[in-house]
Amino acid sequence: MDILNALILLLNYIFIPALTYGSQLALGAIFVTLIYGILRFANFATGDMMSFGTMVTILFTWYFQSLGISLGVLPTALIAIPFGILFMIIYMLSIDKFVFKYYRINKSPPVQLAMVSIGVMFVTQAVVRIIIGPSDQRFFDGEKFIIKAREFKEMTGLNEGLALKSTQVITVLVTIVLVSLLFWFLNKTKTGKSMKAYSDNEDLALLSGIDPKKIVMITWIIAGILATIGGALYGLDKSFKPFTYFNNMLPIFAAAIVGGIGNPFGAFLGGYVIAFSEIFLTYAYKKFFMYILPESMEPESLVQLLSTDYKFAVSFSILVIVLLYRPSGIFKGKVL
Amino acid sequence: MMVLIILVGVFQSWNIALSIFNMCLISAVMTMGANIQWGYAGLINFGIMGYTALGGLAAVLISVDPVQEAWSAGGFDILMCLWLIIALVLIIRFILKNFQKSKVRTYAIAVLIISGILLIRFTAEPGIEAIEDVNPAKTGFLGGFGLPIIFSWIVGAFFAGGLAFIVGKVALGLRADYLAIATLLISEIVIAIIKHEDWLTRGVKNVIGLKRPAPYEVDLQTTDWFINLVEKFNSGKLELISNLSDRQAVLNQLVIEGSSVFVKLCYSGLFLTVVIILLILTQKALYSPWGRMMRAIRDNEEAANAMGKNVVKQHLLIFILGSAIVGIAGAMLVTQDGLFTPGSYRPMRYTFLIWVMVIVGGSGNNFGAILGGFAVWFLWIEAAPIALFLINFFTAGMSETHALKLHLIESVPYFRFLMMGLGLLLIMRYRPKGILPEKIEIK
Repeated sequence: MDILNALILLLNYIFIPALTYGSQLALGAIFVTLIYGILRFANFATGDMMSFGTMVTILFTWYFQSLGISLGVLPTALIAIPFGILFMIIYMLSIDKFVFKYYRINKSPPVQLAMVSIGVMFVTQAVVRIIIGPSDQRFFDGEKFIIKAREFKEMTGLNEGLALKSTQVITVLVTIVLVSLLFWFLNKTKTGKSMKAYSDNEDLALLSGIDPKKIVMITWIIAGILATIGGALYGLDKSFKPFTYFNNMLPIFAAAIVGGIGNPFGAFLGGYVIAFSEIFLTYAYKKFFMYILPESMEPESLVQLLSTDYKFAVSFSILVIVLLYRPSGIFKGKVL
Repeated sequence: MMVLIILVGVFQSWNIALSIFNMCLISAVMTMGANIQWGYAGLINFGIMGYTALGGLAAVLISVDPVQEAWSAGGFDILMCLWLIIALVLIIRFILKNFQKSKVRTYAIAVLIISGILLIRFTAEPGIEAIEDVNPAKTGFLGGFGLPIIFSWIVGAFFAGGLAFIVGKVALGLRADYLAIATLLISEIVIAIIKHEDWLTRGVKNVIGLKRPAPYEVDLQTTDWFINLVEKFNSGKLELISNLSDRQAVLNQLVIEGSSVFVKLCYSGLFLTVVIILLILTQKALYSPWGRMMRAIRDNEEAANAMGKNVVKQHLLIFILGSAIVGIAGAMLVTQDGLFTPGSYRPMRYTFLIWVMVIVGGSGNNFGAILGGFAVWFLWIEAAPIALFLINFFTAGMSETHALKLHLIESVPYFRFLMMGLGLLLIMRYRPKGILPEKIEIK
């Protein structure tokens, strides 16, 4: 019984939150890695682009709510997401046309493109804050919990409750569907294969008749889908605040590099690596040990490896270690 | 640029103009640091925020009086930890030197580091708790050395240089955009540590009331020579007032205003000295054989390597030098504010804004860096009034209560991001070398 309690405890406080957070990071990391692999620059506007997509989604959610449209138990945001994606893609394509295209055609070094993306970051941040403001926005509606902690306790007779938020389930499900679709697209369709070819060797791809304009456009479209869904899921699960999105850029970068930049599958796993290690290392295991150890050996302190304040620092330290020992990431990406 | 600042002085107030001027000077120092790395050597450093914060940390550690109680409560544990860390580093160095590279060595080092960290945590815990319990509302930290704060500018440079040495050893081998990400993330780690190690700098509880290199306004207002000075300056204005008590009241008002202007002028003088010294040094360096070598390394690393220049060593050196200058700026910033607030270090303000300054001003040109620092900071501060003016101008046809107009006016502070972004994009597109491009005259 005690062991069961301990397991539920871990499931409730570590496994489920980490899985959700990891999925959100993974979507962002695939976005970064695609842009890096095909357009060949580190996009510092990642977090703010995600917040732009989320903002449009929120505005549409509010509009639908005012019309009285809803999905019942599911959050209304799910019907607003396609509109968010549409606006996001339009925004990204226009940015590409007016900003990035010039440097791509001139074959500027990647650093210059990264600098330009900082300019885009500033502009996007301003646009988001001017339109929706810098404060916290909640746009979740529908049923909040699938399993409530108290009901679970009554159902099983255990001491520990297991709470399962509907946003967590939605996040994981949507991520699985989206990522499998993406990998199917990249590995099985002709366009996806030509994208990979373009990423591996640009000149060779051009010689074999691949249209770079089309590749770039499709990359931005996929990026728009990933950014909006990733951002909206994060916003649904926690809350929407432009500043948090900007900060999320950092663990997303860490996930992309840890997984091996330019490698979408690596980025996907990298998200989970970062999320799990952040939560594993900062969780206080006192209660867990109270269940599995006999009373005489119960720990006095919190048994916490690092205080929760260092959550971000954990992912960055992992990144530094990976850069030191395996600069190409866990799954071989491009060698840096 | 000076004209603009003087205009602010005339139209808004001298106080605001001087504080903008001081911040411009500090920004110029930071920009010079980043410019040395980027313009001279082509190294990208997105960790400016971390070095700035370390400079600020130096200001606290140097100037605050030591807290005796805290030292007696937990000083021993902390010192023990320091020794443990030094011992750990030495042991690792020893292993790295004396054993062949192998899997066993890697694992041994990993085990050593993890057990070392655990050991340090266990030794430090009681000490940290004891220190943080000492009068937590006011102190709760070890304090510093109680020296004049001006020394911290040099110490800040050493702190930042030390961090740059470690970061450089770890990350300088990476390709440019990865170096950018790695430095950005490492600076975030530094901020996290400064924020949460309360025993060191009180963390997010902030340290206030730091010593000053300039006199205090309150003291000035009661000093005779200062009152006489203000009287002399405003004698024409004062003579117009015939009533004696009225004249006294006006004089008092002028003295209060004058004192804060005077203090700011003191700071300006100090900062200006630093900027001029740095400018002379960096200009000399730019035209020296060393500067030529750095440019050669930047433009063609392999060729420079083939000519027998130690690229790795020079990169590390310039990384340390540039970061040290940023550290000076960090200490100057805290000196000016008189308080240390770790929570205020955000990458937007301390890393990306400085980079906008470098790019806009002109990389590789020291005057460009200073101009960038001045122009961008001025715009950053004055963006809100300018945006307000523009909004009022373009929405003049709308009624005062129109929702769009009200919304726009409410979000005026965020137009500064828009201006910075657009400015950066335009400069990158049409003047990629900045306003004052690099110009090397071969004598």
